Amino acid sequence: MQTLGDFKLPQFFNYPPYFTLQPVRDTRDKQIQLWKELILDYCRTQKIFVIGLEEEFPLFANPAIERSLSHEAREAFLSALVSEGRAEWLDKGHKKCLLLWHRIQDWADIILNFVRENGLEDGVTTIEEMRSGIESRGTELHGIDRTILMRALKLLENKGKLAIFKGTSTDDEGVKFSV
Amino acid sequence: MAAAPHNFFPPASLTTSGRPVLLPGEVECQLLSGVDLESEDNASGSNSSGSYDFSPLKSGVLILTTHRLLWLSSDSSNTTAIAIALGSITHIFSAKKSIKAMFHSPRFRFQVSVNSKSAVVTVVVRGKGDWEAFFAKLWESWRARAWETSDTVSKESGGSASSSSSSGGLYSSDGSVRMVGVAGILRKEQEMWENTDKSLQDAFQDLNALMSKAKEMMTLAEKMRQKLLSGSNSQTSSGNDDEMGSKEMQDWLLSVGIISPVTKESAGALYHQQLSRQLADFVRVPLERAGGMINLIDIYCLFNRARGTELISPEDLLQACSLWEKFDVPVMLRKFDSGVMVIQNKAHSDEEVFARIKALVTKPDAFTSGISASDAAMTLGIAPAMAKEHLLSAESKGLLCRDISPDGFRFYVNFFSEIDPSNLYLVKDHSLYSVWIKATAAS
Repeated sequence: MQTLGDFKLPQFFNYPPYFTLQPVRDTRDKQIQLWKELILDYCRTQKIFVIGLEEEFPLFANPAIERSLSHEAREAFLSALVSEGRAEWLDKGHKKCLLLWHRIQDWADIILNFVRENGLEDGVTTIEEMRSGIESRGTELHGIDRTILMRALKLLENKGKLAIFKGTSTDDEGVKFSV
Repeated sequence: MAAAPHNFFPPASLTTSGRPVLLPGEVECQLLSGVDLESEDNASGSNSSGSYDFSPLKSGVLILTTHRLLWLSSDSSNTTAIAIALGSITHIFSAKKSIKAMFHSPRFRFQVSVNSKSAVVTVVVRGKGDWEAFFAKLWESWRARAWETSDTVSKESGGSASSSSSSGGLYSSDGSVRMVGVAGILRKEQEMWENTDKSLQDAFQDLNALMSKAKEMMTLAEKMRQKLLSGSNSQTSSGNDDEMGSKEMQDWLLSVGIISPVTKESAGALYHQQLSRQLADFVRVPLERAGGMINLIDIYCLFNRARGTELISPEDLLQACSLWEKFDVPVMLRKFDSGVMVIQNKAHSDEEVFARIKALVTKPDAFTSGISASDAAMTLGIAPAMAKEHLLSAESKGLLCRDISPDGFRFYVNFFSEIDPSNLYLVKDHSLYSVWIKATAAS
C-alpha cells in the first residue's frame, strides 16, 4: 500500500479518474465526497492547517500514476469543504484555504480540557505558551494555527470563560481563564 | 394481383420508404404532384370505340421515368401505386385541346393498351407543378424508347410486365445472368473494364458527352454489380477468397452510383420529399455495415459519391433527413448533446452499445489503463468520432468516468459509487473496485 510520509493512502489514490474533475454530476458528487474525506484525514494526521492552492501539496499529485489535480479541481474540492463548514477561504482570491478538521466549537472544548488538565482554571497563560509551551506538547493544541486558536479563544471569551488581554512587555497576548 | 387495389393497371413495387423500385437501367425524369388519373369521359365519344373504363385514381404523384409512368398515392393510409409502361402507350394526344378550358385544372391525355384492353387516360394536374415541361418530357421519353434498348427488360414492353419475376431496382437481382467461379467474374470484369475504358475516353471528348456518359457509366456499374451479386449467390459454397473479391468489387461498384438520383430539376417542389425517401433507401446498406449508426458527414460523402454528377448540398441532406419524421421509414436522424448528428436505425438501441462498452472496459488491461475513443472505435467497428459519442453517453449514464492527462483522454469503468466515504480503506468483496485493485496489482 502506498504511503505519503506516514500517511497511508487508500487504494483508489491510484485510480486515474480520481485526479480528473468528473463532469457528470452524480459521478462528480461521489468523487468530491471522497476527496473531502481524504483531505480532512490527511490534514488531521499531518497537522496541516492551511493549504495554498498555488503551492505544491503532496496529496494533490500522484507521481506513481503521473497524475495531479488541476487548479480547477483543487478549488472545487476545497470549496466543497468550505460550503460544509469544514474549511474557510483566507482571502477573496481563494488562494489559501484554512482547514477545520476540528470545528471551532471542538477546538474550544479541547482548550477547556487542556486548561483543566493543567490546573489553569483561574490561571494566566499566553497564546504562544499554548501553541508551543511544554504543557501543550503531545496534545492537539501543539502547533495549532494561530488564527484557529484565536477564533476558539474568542468563542470562549464570548461565553465568559476567559479574557484576552494585551501583554505589556511583549507583543504576545495573554489569556486569563475563569472556568 | 388479387390484392391490388386497382384492376386495370399493374401495381408498381415500392421500397420500404415509399420510393418506386426501378427496373434495371431505368432513370427518373420528372415528377408532378397533385395528379389525378381519370378514364376518358363519355362526352368525348372515344368510349364508343371500345375504350376501357377504369376507376379514377385521385391525388397522387406522377413520376415519369425513361421506361414507365408511375402513379403513387399521396395519401399515407393508401399505398396504391400503379405503373404504366411507356411501351404500352399507343398515342399521346396533343395538349392543345384541353387548354381551352381555361378555368379547369390543366390536363392532358394519352391512349394506353393494357392486356389487349385499350383506354384513354386523362391526367388532371391539380398541383402547381410545371405540367407543360412534364408533358414535353413524356413525349421525349416515349419517343426515345429506352425500354427497347435495355437488354434485360426487352420482353417487358407489355403492360403486364412490371409484376413479373423481376423485382429490379438497386437491391435485388433478377438472377437471369449466372456467373460461375472466380474466373468467370474476372473475365467479365475484364470485359467490363475494357468497355468502361472506352466510355471514359469518350466521356472526356466534351462536357456534354461527359454528362451523358456519366449516366451510362452508372448504369454500367449497376449492371455489373447485379451480375456479381447473382454470381456470388450461386456459389456461396466456394472459398472465402472469391467471396471477399467479389464482395469488395460489389462494394466498390455500389459506391459508384445511384442510377436515378432525385434532382431538383426532375422533382421540382417535391425535391426534398423524394430526396428524403431515396436517402432512406440508400442509407440502409452503409448503416448496416456501420453497426446501426453512422455519421451524417459520412453519409453526405457516400451519398454524393453515389449520385455522381447530381450533387446535393449539406442543407439539402439535412432537410431530407429531418423529413424522415413525417414518413414511415426505418431510419432516423439523431442529435447528440455535443451537436454531432448521426443517422441511426430506429431499432438501434443504446443499451446494446452500453453492454458492449461495459464488456470492453472491464477487460483486464482496459481496467488498469482505460480505453480511448479509438480503442472503442476499433472494437466496436465504428468511426472514432462515433465511438466517442457512445463513450460520452455511457459516461453520462454513470457507466464510465474520464481521465484527462498528458497521455490523452481516456475512459475508465466507474466505481466511485462503490467506495464508502466514511471508510476510505474499505474494499467491498466482489465489487468492481476490488477487481480493479487485483488487476492493477497484477500489472
